[in-house]
This record gives sequence, C-alpha cells and structure tokens, in this order.
Amino acid sequence: MSRYFTDEHEWIDVEGEIATVGITDYAQEQLGDIVFVELPAEGANFDKGDDAAVVESVKAASDVYAPISGEVIESNGALEDEPALVNSDPEEDGWFFKLRITDPSELEGLMNEKAYKAFVAGL
Amino acid sequence: MSVNSDDIAEFEAEIPLDKLPLDAWHRARGGRMVAFAGYDMPIQYEGIMAEHAWTREHAGLFDVSHMGQLSFTGEAVDVALETMLPGDIIGLKSFRQRYSLLLDEDGGILDDLMVSRRPDDIYMVVNGATKFDDIGWIIEHLPDEITMNHMDEQALLALQGPEAGAALASLIPGTADLFFMQCGAFSWNGFDLWVSRSGYTGEDGFEISLPGEAAEAFADALCALDAVKPIGLGARDSLRLEAGLPLYGHDIDTQVRPIGADLGFAVSKRRKEQGGFFGHARVMKELAEGAPSRRVGLTIEGRLPAREGAKILAGGKPVGTVTSGGFAPTVGAPIAMGWVEAAHAAIGTVLEVEVRGKRLTATVAPMPFVPHRYHRQKI
Repeated sequence: MSRYFTDEHEWIDVEGEIATVGITDYAQEQLGDIVFVELPAEGANFDKGDDAAVVESVKAASDVYAPISGEVIESNGALEDEPALVNSDPEEDGWFFKLRITDPSELEGLMNEKAYKAFVAGL
Repeated sequence: MSVNSDDIAEFEAEIPLDKLPLDAWHRARGGRMVAFAGYDMPIQYEGIMAEHAWTREHAGLFDVSHMGQLSFTGEAVDVALETMLPGDIIGLKSFRQRYSLLLDEDGGILDDLMVSRRPDDIYMVVNGATKFDDIGWIIEHLPDEITMNHMDEQALLALQGPEAGAALASLIPGTADLFFMQCGAFSWNGFDLWVSRSGYTGEDGFEISLPGEAAEAFADALCALDAVKPIGLGARDSLRLEAGLPLYGHDIDTQVRPIGADLGFAVSKRRKEQGGFFGHARVMKELAEGAPSRRVGLTIEGRLPAREGAKILAGGKPVGTVTSGGFAPTVGAPIAMGWVEAAHAAIGTVLEVEVRGKRLTATVAPMPFVPHRYHRQKI
C-alpha cells in the first residue's frame, strides 16, 4: 500500500484500484473542533478536483476535493455519529471515503509523506 | 481542502494590522492569531469547544482591547449624548452601565454599545470594527462644548464565567460588591482600573479597562489562578450566539432598526415619548405598525450547522436569512440567529434553512439558547 498527499492537505492510501481518502493531521489541526462531515453518496463519480465532501468545524465550513478521479464505493459512516474522529484520528479511523480509481496516472503528481512533511514545514 | 472565505469574512484582514497590548502575550500562550477588526487577535488557544466549555464552567479571560473606549466630558454631556442614543442617559446613575445603540437619521443601527456614568465623565465602549466610523459620526454631531477622548492607550479585558466573581475578588476584593451592570474604579498594583460587571457570554463576569502597560501583568495574575484560562475570539462568538446576543455587522447593521432587532429595550420610555434622537420617527413608526421583519433565534434539526447567509424558507418561499449560525457547544446542536418576515417570526414557527441545496428543519426559538446567569441585584 502506498500513501500519497496533496497540497490541499488530503491523504490517499492506494491499494490496487481502490483509494481511501482523508484529511491530514495538519488539516484537522488548522480546522479545529469538527462538528459535522458531509460525505459523498456511494456511486458518485468525481473528476480530480471536484468538491467531494464538506467538513464543518465550530467556526467554518471547508470543502474537501477529490484528489484523483474515481467512483465512490464507500463513505465512512462512523463520521456521522462521531465527526470528532477526524480530530482524534485523522489519518486512520477518520477517513472520509473510498474511490475506485479511474486514472492511476493522476497519482504521479502527488507527494509522498516526506515531501508532504517538507511542504507543511514550509507553510 | 479550503476554508470557504464567506464563513470567515469577519476575520478578513484590514491591512496594516496594529498590535494590541497583549499581542506577544497571546503568542507566548499558543494563541492562534488571525486578522480581526484591523488587529491580530487570538481566535483560539487549545480549541473552541474546550474554551467554550471552560468559560461556562469556570472563568475565561478574553482580550477585547480592539474595542473602542470613549470618554465624554463637558457641561450637560448627558443631554448632548441623548441626541445620538435612544436610551435614558440623563437618568443614568453614577456607577451604572446601560446597553445602547448609535442610530442614524433613519433609525438604522450604526453600532451597539455600553454606556456608563463615571464620576468625571461618561464612558462608552463601542465595537472594534466600527469604532472609527462611530468616532467620525459622533464628532460630526456632538456640540462643540462636549469633548470626546478616544482612550486608545487603554486595554480592555473580559473575565467571564461562574468562577469569574471569586477569581477577580481574589485580586481585587472590592469587585465582589458589584452587581450586573454596575461599575466602579479600583486599583491593582498601583494601576487604575475601571471595572463593570457585564459581558458578552451570558455568564456572570466583568469587563476591565486598564492601562495598556498593565495588561500583561494583570492577565498573568488572572491566569495564574486555577479557575482562569485565556479564551479566543472563536469561543467568544459561540458563547454570545448561545446567549442570544447580536454581533454588530452580522445580526444588526444600518439596514435594521431597534424594534425589528428585538432591541426595543434600549429605547427608554421617556425617550419614546419625548424623542430628540436620530431615527425617533422611524422607531415610533415601527413600534406602532410592527417591524416588517424581525431578528429571531432558530434551532436547527440534525447536526449540520446553518451559517451566515443561509436562506430561510417557509412553504418553499424565501422569508429571511441566517445572520449568525454554527454548532452550539453547550446546547450540543446547531443554532442560528436570523431575520425573518414578521408573519413567520413567532416562537415555535417551523421553517426551513437551505444549506448547500439541502433543506433543514428550523424552528423559531426563544433566546437566549442557554440561560443567562448574570449576578443581578435582588430587589
């Protein structure tokens, strides 16, 4: 399994043709207490960069983009009851949705963990 | 991921940013600074939810030094101020504070404010984002014999919460004698303090005006107490929303008038009868005919917050707009404040709000959403 990162602070775990997407620890830290997550419906098709989810903190609503193109095969239902999972475990149990990847070549432009850490350190 | 700029409009920068007396103090304590009302201000320290809960249970220290502190002196200063404020300023006793409004000719709200009578002046605290406009308006309309002094060297701190009374009394015993909306002069470590028992959270608490050079030491002394933690602007906003208190520039502005804003209590009986303030005719018209739309509270079904700008609908037709909204930590659910047409403003009216194409059930609710716990004088 490989983990990729975007400059919009999403992480993507890729296993075969399935990508699991969430927001990074840095992102949840910036957002603060998360009170609601709006997740995409199963079967939704996204192009890279489409609005895919919305995360609501106490203060503001933020869009989460589809980091790559694909079809949603599952959303993390646990976030409906416990949106704070995104704060407490953003890069594991606080995942947002799984995509069936339509164009694996889109992964090429993304960062690995080391590159992302350097990117965040420069912000 | 990106934060929608609409939702954080109130934190927009007005460049260049000035530094407030506690700027370095906030940073040293881990405050996350954002641009607000022309200054860098702390939006949060450990997190809005935790800071909100701390203030409801203990005592929170807020730096509100961005607000405008004005002093008015001169012969018959109270008479002069009554031309601009609809409240009973002549009848305001010494060491008493009152909520009031700065109104324009059409009764539009230029600002909401606190006004106090002190032994040597009348003291006013106005909103930070509007203070320079207020000063311009006031100078234009104030008689020449009245002097206005913008006390921009003064810091302003608010200590709020059920343990605020004991905390402040441990440093300044005399403050224990103040009741809600009373105020007085005190001293601490050789500095002169002006303290009022009031605030913007719905809790008991104080607002403390003190020289900027004393602010760090005083904030340190308060935060050395177990009951006190510094609290950012984020929790200040969620606390005031739960308390049903309007935020100027969002819930009220020059487009609305006191009666529709549910702030008719700021227009005193004598002033209604006698007039003599800007907007009197328009205010009387709204009193007689009713305001066409009104500021109301809304409870939102579900967990999705409805924020400023969300449309309010009745039977599918737009009847208003949300002006403040978010997740209410103490209520444990989303709440909002908004303006709706008078026909739909009665408590209990079931409406809808539209959030990203979804329609959520919203019910007109009495405010405050969380009961006020002011330290009132028993009569």
